[in-house]
Amino acid sequence: MDVIYTDNNATTKVADEVIREMLPYFGELYGNPSSMYAFGDEVGRKIRKARQKVADLINADPDEIVFTSCGTESDNAAINAAITAFPEKKHLITSEVEHPAIRNLFKYLADKKGYEVTFVPVDKKGRLDMDILYSSMSENTAVISLMWANNETGVIFPIEEVAKKAGEKGILFHTDAVQATGKVAIDVKKAGVDMLSLSGHKIHAPKGVAALYVKKGIKFPAFLIGGHQESGRRGGTENTVSIIGLGKACELAKEHLPLMNTEVRALRDYLETQLLEKIPGTSVNGDRESRLPNTLSIGFDAVEGESILMLLDQKGICASSGSACTSGSLDPSHVLMAMEVPFKSAHGTIRFSLSHYNTKEEMDTIVGTLVPAIERLRMMSPFWKDGKMV
Amino acid sequence: MWDYTDKVKEHFLNPKNVGELEGANAVGETGSLSCGDALKLFLKVNENERIIDASFMTFGCASAVASSSALTEIIKGMTLDEAAKVTNDDIADFLGGLPKEKMHCSVMGQAALKKAIADYRGIQILEKPGEMVCECFDVTDLEIIEAVKTNGLETVEDVTNYLKAGGGCGKCLDRIEEIVVETRNETAEKINN
Ligand code: FES
Repeated sequence: MDVIYTDNNATTKVADEVIREMLPYFGELYGNPSSMYAFGDEVGRKIRKARQKVADLINADPDEIVFTSCGTESDNAAINAAITAFPEKKHLITSEVEHPAIRNLFKYLADKKGYEVTFVPVDKKGRLDMDILYSSMSENTAVISLMWANNETGVIFPIEEVAKKAGEKGILFHTDAVQATGKVAIDVKKAGVDMLSLSGHKIHAPKGVAALYVKKGIKFPAFLIGGHQESGRRGGTENTVSIIGLGKACELAKEHLPLMNTEVRALRDYLETQLLEKIPGTSVNGDRESRLPNTLSIGFDAVEGESILMLLDQKGICASSGSACTSGSLDPSHVLMAMEVPFKSAHGTIRFSLSHYNTKEEMDTIVGTLVPAIERLRMMSPFWKDGKMV
Repeated sequence: MWDYTDKVKEHFLNPKNVGELEGANAVGETGSLSCGDALKLFLKVNENERIIDASFMTFGCASAVASSSALTEIIKGMTLDEAAKVTNDDIADFLGGLPKEKMHCSVMGQAALKKAIADYRGIQILEKPGEMVCECFDVTDLEIIEAVKTNGLETVEDVTNYLKAGGGCGKCLDRIEEIVVETRNETAEKINN
């Protein structure tokens, strides 16, 4: 059975071009980039090129890029650097809908390290409460960390605007752009952010490689103390092959950006319109105006997410659900809860996240599978009768 | 992905006895939309108190559907007295087991069955005895103690897997922990004496 992969916000296929670029460095070109002979330096040169490509994607300088192992490491390193740089400041700001890499770190800093944290709420469309955000900024604030775009709903935050305000107040600004990278244009200089996280496996590079942008002049203490790698900021022999893959993936992401915002967007919109049209009691979560071009978070009244996913899986369709049916807790995700999405559709929320590898035929198969699947589950549901919620 | 047995998958994909049962004379309902799962059980009981037909409607995950389907298969043909003895473990066993995080689906089946039997016999299920611990899922301390004892539960997580208590807002977690510790200490003392 062919797989229809529409879970690209979770992870992506490694692009063939990326694999080709990496292959020689698994084999004959195994030198250590730090060694003092040409055989190693050839690898070193390749890493410098990769660093340049990552920088190019976000309009940074190459020496502003630190390679890390994952988005979580980038996020943690950024926040730790910020609070080390300003030990006297004891207040932090983030949002209620961040990825666990930020959310749980901030909770930890609040619970165990005595920081006061403002978790800025969002409205029903997933948009930040700007009043609370601005009024909570103070001289005591060490860092503000906001995601560029939300992984579940795709809602985009006004990063440029907030970064500017933060800058005026002398507050460091970090953005977790893991989900936004490769989907919308990112220009760190124009946006005025101090630090930015991005991750390889969301943009068709392998898992286990990521990067952190650190603006020149920002105090950034070493967080893996060891050798001189990454300008002494993160010691340890480079994950050479993956870094080379990440470089290629960034080059491709830049090339594909227009495609993402035309063809992929059109596919997503097609899927959305079809589902809204063909399945009653359906609603889209998040601000449809300011949203990633590839993401659709859609809730079906009176049915439950895992059951929908299992029926999709029967046809080889990969998507993810908006409820956390992974533990005894059956609660909808913290993002949907923060947006006050009603229970009736939150439990039945499915996220489709596309890439340029998807096709219109695939969207038709998804629609063709979902329509009877939802119908079937509703036939069984005690909350659905005569075509509506009861 | 959950490690579901083939039997669970089979009962999810082709559930038996789905829908409202015409002529049902006993109905048991449990769960709610906010909890994330719910089950409505319909029984047709003859004058000898034998269950001649059963059906269900479920809102929930694959194991909730499978558990409901299994339950109706198990109890069809039983007398109400026999059915009253069916436990959540019987439901899970029928399915070849459930992931431990999904045990509450089988517990939901047992609860709906109890309510349906009470409904047929015209017994009102009175306010539950004991002190309310988890308001999100309507679970009392006595129910937790009972579950800890009969199923040998050891942690708060086990309790949540079985009864869902603690799986919502989480404000009852500390109290559940206390009850688990107390109950286990008591049981241990009894064994030692
Ligand atoms: S009261 Fe128990 S989870 Fe909310």
